[in-house]
Amino acid sequence: MLKDSDRIFTNLYGYHDPYLAGAKSRGDWDGTKKLIEMGRDAIIEDVKDSGLRGRGGAGFSTGLKWSFMPKESDGRPHYLVVNADEGEPGTCKDREIMRHDPHKLIEGCLVASFAMGAHVAYIYVRGEFYREIEALQRAVDEAYDAGLIGKNACGSGYDFSLHIHRGSGAYICGEETALIESLEGKKGQPRLKPPFPANSGLYGCPTTVNNVESIAVVPTILRRGKDWFANLGRANNTGTKLFNISGHVEQPCTIEEEMSIPLKDLIEKHAGGVRGGWDNLLAIIPGGASVPCLPKGICDTVLMDFDSLREQQSGLGTAAIMVMDKSTDIVAAIARLSSFYKHESCGQCTPCREGTGWMSRMMSRMVTGNATVEEIDLLEQVTRQVEGHTICALGDAAAWPIQGLIRHFRPEMEARIDRAKKHAVAA
Amino acid sequence: MTMVGQEDYQPDSFEFAPATMEMAQSEIAKYPDVRKASAVMPLLDLAQRQNDGWLPRAAMDYVARLLEMPPIKVYEVATFYTMYNLKPVGRHHVQVCTNLPCWLRGSDHIVNACKKKLGIGFGETTTNGDFTLTEVECLGACVNAPMFQINDDYYEDLDATSAISILTQLELGETPKPGSQIDRKSCEPIGGLTALFENNVKKTNA
Amino acid sequence: MPTLTIDGEEIEVEAGLTVLQACELAGKEIPRFCYHERLSVAGNCRMCLVEMERAPKPIASCAMPVGEGMVIKTDSELVKRAREGVMEFLLINHPLDCPICDQGGECDLQDQAMGYGMDKSRFVENKRAVKDKYLGPLVSTIMTRCIHCTRCIRFAQEVAGVPELGATGRGEHMEVGTYVEKALSSEMSGNIVDLCPVGALTSKPYAFTARSWELKKTESIDVLDAVGCNIRIDTRGSEVMRILPRNNDDVNEEWISDKTRHACDGLKRQRLDQPYLRKNGKLVAADWPEVLTAVAGRMNAADGKIGAIAGDLADCEAMTAMMDLMAATGSSNIDCRQDGGAFGDTRASYIFNSTIAGIEDADAVLLIGTNPRWEAPVLNARIRKRYLRGGVAAGLIGPELDLTYDLAHLGDGPSALDDLLASKGDFANVLKQASKPMIIIGSGALARDDGAGLLAKARQLAEKIGAVSDDWNGFNVLQRAASRVGGLDLGFVPKNKSSLDTAGIIAAAGRGKLDVVYLLGADEIDTRAMGDAFVIYQGHHGDVGAHRADAILPGAAYTEKNATYVNTEGRVQRAALAAFPVGEAREDWAIIRALSDTMGKKLPYDSLLDVRRRMADINPLFASPDETSIAPWGNVGDAGTTNDTAFEYPIHNFYMTDVISRASEIMAECTAVALGDNYSATGTNG
Repeated sequence: MLKDSDRIFTNLYGYHDPYLAGAKSRGDWDGTKKLIEMGRDAIIEDVKDSGLRGRGGAGFSTGLKWSFMPKESDGRPHYLVVNADEGEPGTCKDREIMRHDPHKLIEGCLVASFAMGAHVAYIYVRGEFYREIEALQRAVDEAYDAGLIGKNACGSGYDFSLHIHRGSGAYICGEETALIESLEGKKGQPRLKPPFPANSGLYGCPTTVNNVESIAVVPTILRRGKDWFANLGRANNTGTKLFNISGHVEQPCTIEEEMSIPLKDLIEKHAGGVRGGWDNLLAIIPGGASVPCLPKGICDTVLMDFDSLREQQSGLGTAAIMVMDKSTDIVAAIARLSSFYKHESCGQCTPCREGTGWMSRMMSRMVTGNATVEEIDLLEQVTRQVEGHTICALGDAAAWPIQGLIRHFRPEMEARIDRAKKHAVAA
Repeated sequence: MTMVGQEDYQPDSFEFAPATMEMAQSEIAKYPDVRKASAVMPLLDLAQRQNDGWLPRAAMDYVARLLEMPPIKVYEVATFYTMYNLKPVGRHHVQVCTNLPCWLRGSDHIVNACKKKLGIGFGETTTNGDFTLTEVECLGACVNAPMFQINDDYYEDLDATSAISILTQLELGETPKPGSQIDRKSCEPIGGLTALFENNVKKTNA
Repeated sequence: MPTLTIDGEEIEVEAGLTVLQACELAGKEIPRFCYHERLSVAGNCRMCLVEMERAPKPIASCAMPVGEGMVIKTDSELVKRAREGVMEFLLINHPLDCPICDQGGECDLQDQAMGYGMDKSRFVENKRAVKDKYLGPLVSTIMTRCIHCTRCIRFAQEVAGVPELGATGRGEHMEVGTYVEKALSSEMSGNIVDLCPVGALTSKPYAFTARSWELKKTESIDVLDAVGCNIRIDTRGSEVMRILPRNNDDVNEEWISDKTRHACDGLKRQRLDQPYLRKNGKLVAADWPEVLTAVAGRMNAADGKIGAIAGDLADCEAMTAMMDLMAATGSSNIDCRQDGGAFGDTRASYIFNSTIAGIEDADAVLLIGTNPRWEAPVLNARIRKRYLRGGVAAGLIGPELDLTYDLAHLGDGPSALDDLLASKGDFANVLKQASKPMIIIGSGALARDDGAGLLAKARQLAEKIGAVSDDWNGFNVLQRAASRVGGLDLGFVPKNKSSLDTAGIIAAAGRGKLDVVYLLGADEIDTRAMGDAFVIYQGHHGDVGAHRADAILPGAAYTEKNATYVNTEGRVQRAALAAFPVGEAREDWAIIRALSDTMGKKLPYDSLLDVRRRMADINPLFASPDETSIAPWGNVGDAGTTNDTAFEYPIHNFYMTDVISRASEIMAECTAVALGDNYSATGTNG
């Protein structure tokens, strides 16, 4: 188990003062000027070497992403945009950072922006997080007042402004180019890539979009050293991670743990175990609504990191763990997610706009068994027709949970169809 | 003629009150001069707040003029995002999450309790205009499920009893305590801490 | 020049192309719905997916720039499955109403479903129904058919410059429309019907009148302004069912204005379908021999006291015959300028020298007394296209206008031109700095009393700012009458100082100095001022000219004759007979030829080819149709004086400018929507 001394988010639960005095007592803003004096390249190298992979779901190397930004400005400003549009079902980690440890995020914004030559950063927070935005805004104001950001931030000679942008309710804005569109005052419809944001992002300028957690851990990584971070977890899956454990556990919680912790350990140590005991486990969605579920057999041994979950045809995603015990109607559970994706599809591209609705409607019939066994194959084919054919990853995200369901619970789906048929005949 | 989802009653005009205008200007100031359109979402929100929680077309047109945007671009935004109410809502907008994490922990009970208590279904407003009930997608408080949001506040770790109690308090003009409705500060394990035991964690990062 | 491998074959293509364009060059068919070469790339339909080596997923070829060494497959199993999948998604919520859909037979979705779709539907859920939208009198909507390609939205925003269409809502509830249910405020809105790849947007006037395969398609040109848009006239029997644009990159690309497209119902109304003679003050139907005899008698008796005015729709063949006939009568009182617009001694003084396509090379544009949005909507769209690319400044002298691009307003009257000549103001500097500046002076400006002076000053300015060089002529006249440049090229103007021009003819007739006035489709003149002169009206519509006439010779409308027109840039183009003239009406040159015979002054041509040979004799330009040539620079007008009366734009109602559009019910409806029900349609004041 991760030692408290290795935890980054030491006010995760808000037991202490989230604001400047409290933050400073937890080590934030300590020698930030020195971090900046490391220079852009050194910061990026350290972040790369720490092995930090994006905490928003895709798991791309944060340092590498930063290195895609032009080294010199061609006259266009550079932007850092922080993705705080936390909306992936099961996920509620960035919320805690913003309301309980906002200065980690703000300091991270400064350092990351400096490393990418950005003098302006926006934090795009989902609009429903009204109180979280209040807390974050208060912390931003404090940081301005204390000279930590703004002109000559932290006395470093670097000018840096930070603004909070409130979203208005659209899951798709968590997709980085949709978020940029939204920030420009448009519908959140993902852009075609190329061009990539590092070349042409916000206002057509070089832009990097990072998750809240990815940015908030950076100052600590730089202070404690890349090796400290890299030595936590497994190779290629380093560091600590905020896990959200929800659903059928005794003690739902958010917890910072070491990457690659066994899923079972995580649940038993921190979430009080599965309701009714581990053997009462049916399935777990280990990384937010977008990743396929895992049946108990896999959950027994799987490690919570990018690579081992991918080996199991699932994913770490946002590390939002949704636990379902044997009382769960797993078909209804996945159908609920299908209905979510239908609701959140932006409507721009054909396979997602049409496919999410079709899949959701078929899933509704699967719940009651009002279908044929052949339609399970059709459903599977439709998920394949959506997957990989859309502009952004929402199509994939809508397809995968259903694929996971069919992969692991097809007998349950068939049995249900049989039961419904018998029932119909009897009636 | 109006489109599906639009309110039939549309006021003829709208403009920001001076205090709202001040807030609007500080939103606009966040973005480069030629990128005023970036402020469309916050300005629509301000307009909605000023207009009792819903967004008439006159307000969209007003925001379009203010930000020098083609009105259709504002309509697109207002109809795309779920937080803009294109029809009037009650004073208390009860938004119940029914997504998977909440559903697993009994959001159906919360939904039923709300419907029964308020006597309305989803998408409806009580006749006295006090409450509107809406089903929403994940609000990002999943380890505190089930939950609902009423106006700007989250109410978490609900059960039918606490949900009804909150609605009753609002009915009586009282201010219910937001956040977790059980013995819990925020997102720590329900039964007690499993980490971060030290009461004063100091400089652990340094 | 990157080299790609497409389906195993190497091909070298220009950098900056997309994979889709490269595939087309390689002869591969790539299905598409949202992609359109004249609109921005949306990449949303996903029909153009192809396989790219090393890419984990199929790529949208319309949006992917070509790169060196790319290996593309368009014929793999992966691509086939991707296309089938997308096609199925497009169809699941698309109604199966092809038999009652006007798009049927010319529908991209129908065609591509044949090529890439499955043979049966696997979709058993309820289909989506979408409420129809109101988009004005021209565009009918059946929104359930919409596949959300957003071509119409992009056209409105990009080409038409009226960002009024959008997609509201999201996901499967996304709907295309204006949200506020209003007509598009564009003169080019009809083009969205052509762009719509399905039957969601169809032509309202054409609704349920014909199937595309029943129609005879005739390639022709438009004459309702001086752009000479290339069109296709679709007829069934003798009836013009609809008019569509034809692609011509040099002229109209693939756009036409709403008037060009939808005034054609005017061809069916108020037609002159037989000869008339005024007897006892009343016009009475007559037959050809009778009317020709009467007219010939009058003309012969007039002893040269005759004037002839050609209207804005007159074709070159008719004007040639008219000119020759007038010469035979001994009169040189001829004019093809109803408005008396000034012109100089050289062709360069009355044409759009930069050419329409040349607009795309300009880096500064000065508009003088012209509203191109109404005088030549398609040309205005070309200026907007140039504007969208950036790096061009536009200025306007004349009352302020919304031309769909940013415009520096330099003043309402000619003094603003004097300022530029005196290098006063920022825009003078802009013009001077520009390497390819354009000056566009409107026909309305040249028709003013001080038109000659304005022409001269515009010429001075052009020379002063270096707008005229060996490889660029930035001096442009924007004509709006289809007959004008052709008439001037033929010399259909007063021959000498003692000859009468349009105003002179009318005045002389009013004073009894002319016995006969021959109106060759001239209606935009003061027909009440011609006193007791015997007025012959040859034309196709019973408009004001015919009302004044003593003899009516029914002619052919532009869809009913093989005729030559020269557009504002000096391009000789041929209109083609799509339907025969109505009733007793005849092609116009033939009427004049027959009249000449009756008069005993038989013109020496018996066929269209003969007339055209005669035209080429008069001016060799007529021997090379469809081309523009550089007009030598020369004296475009003597220095003159100008007065500072504010410019007034010649068109007050875009939708009604000529006998055809004034007779059109559709144009009347457009007028009511655009200008209000109470607008009195006076058309031009030219």
